Amino acid sequence: MLKLPIYLDNNATTPMDPRVLEAMLPYFTDQFGNAASRNHPFGWQAEEAVDYAREQIAQLINCDPKEIIFTSGATESDNLAIKGVYEMYAQKGNHIITATTEHKAVLDTCKHLEKQGARVTYLQVNEEGLISLEELEAAMTPQTILVAIMYGNNEIGVLQDIRAISAIAKKHGALFFSDATQAVGKVPVDVIADGIDLMAFTGHKMYGPKGIGALYVRRKNPRVKVTAQMDGGGHERGMRSGTLNVPGIVGLGKACELCRLEMESDTARISAMRDRLERELLTLEESYVNGSREHRLPHVANISFKYVEGEGLMMGVKDLAVSSGSACTSASLEPSYVLKALGLSDDLAHSSLRFGLSRFTTDEQIDYAINHVKEAVTKLREMSPLWEMFKEGIDLNSIEWAEH
Amino acid sequence: MAYSDKVIDHYSNPRNVGTLDKSKKNVGTGLVGAPECGDVMRLQIEVDETTNVITDAKFKTFGCGSAIASSSLATEWLKGKSVDEALNIDNMEIVEELALPPVKIHCSVLAEDAIKAAINDYRVKNGLPELEAAKSHH
Repeated sequence: MLKLPIYLDNNATTPMDPRVLEAMLPYFTDQFGNAASRNHPFGWQAEEAVDYAREQIAQLINCDPKEIIFTSGATESDNLAIKGVYEMYAQKGNHIITATTEHKAVLDTCKHLEKQGARVTYLQVNEEGLISLEELEAAMTPQTILVAIMYGNNEIGVLQDIRAISAIAKKHGALFFSDATQAVGKVPVDVIADGIDLMAFTGHKMYGPKGIGALYVRRKNPRVKVTAQMDGGGHERGMRSGTLNVPGIVGLGKACELCRLEMESDTARISAMRDRLERELLTLEESYVNGSREHRLPHVANISFKYVEGEGLMMGVKDLAVSSGSACTSASLEPSYVLKALGLSDDLAHSSLRFGLSRFTTDEQIDYAINHVKEAVTKLREMSPLWEMFKEGIDLNSIEWAEH
Repeated sequence: MAYSDKVIDHYSNPRNVGTLDKSKKNVGTGLVGAPECGDVMRLQIEVDETTNVITDAKFKTFGCGSAIASSSLATEWLKGKSVDEALNIDNMEIVEELALPPVKIHCSVLAEDAIKAAINDYRVKNGLPELEAAKSHH
């Protein structure tokens, strides 16, 4: 029996893999030691578990285990990377380059630093969601200390050309930071080949626990340092104080190991389901995929259904847990800034749904989702005056709408 | 967002979805809202010219569940009322009936505007003076 509602919001968070939970459990009770306790076996056990997790994580992203700094999640990692670099490299310059489609944890951190004297360039993206390498190159100055561009976008799944971007940053002597929250564990991420100096990611987007994340900080070529944002015991090579969340770290490690071993087969299965979902939904007239379909995470589809409103649509697809780019469903009263950055009009941004698949999504669930969405869109269009006008060939732009 | 049972009922089983022949002299059409605001309502009434009673009402709405429910409810209330009685429908009655939360009050305002716009269209078509209040009040 199919259990409803069906969870297709895996860009928000993923369920934890039972194998991850199993690995974590002993570290809540029997092996509860503080990894910083050097004087007894409780501490040694915990430290050993943390070291093992560091290796599991390092193997997934091809770094040295010592280059992993544990944090509470990607938001903290984003803050630590950007604020930490800004403070550490203040003598070199105060210029940061980022993009308009970054996560709020990056954008709001940059805005915070602007108030403290930073100069920030926000690169625009094209209709596919990609930044222009020429514009990046043109924005580089001798004062540029950091380029912060995300790996894969959380709303549309678009993958930036990370290698080309890091090469430009390196050429101009700036560090390159990537928020890879949606990408790590889903696509091959290799900090050496990708030329990444700092990278944020988190457990709960890759079948691990919430409340644990990491910041990769390069130790060689160049040796990167960040100013700690929290004072205390000097854990994590002095960059992030606070008793280590041992069960969380064990979980993150296990999640990384599973992703490394199963990524290829997971991706093949998930992307086939995603493509089928997308293909079927695009048979509805006037439906459009948002963002590049070529450079994209394998598990995400963001689709606009013209002439139906997003919140009404969400109500119609009540058997699915998905996200909408429409205003009314979120705290802010604006349509998605990411979709608007692609050049979508407000009404099309209001009409979008984001589907995020996971390792646990089944073909049966996708079949159900396809029919459910088709029915809801069709029903709402029959109720939509805009759809009727479109069908009659009336240009909606020719109508003088009463703004309210 | 949690919707009231009445909103869910109107959303799931909308009353009087459809289109009346707007070229007919006894049909009034009101189109309010804007696509970029996320709400567009079209409400139509058909009036018996001898009795001045609304014999039919239809709507189509692009919008959230509360907007759909507000317009669906409005058509239910319009049928059987005289045009003058219909003018007295107040948006707060819709808010109460559907238990709309504060962030959705604008949906009821839009429904009231749609009613007034439809009546006004009917009046103009029949040589009656335009209503003062027909212009959007926000």
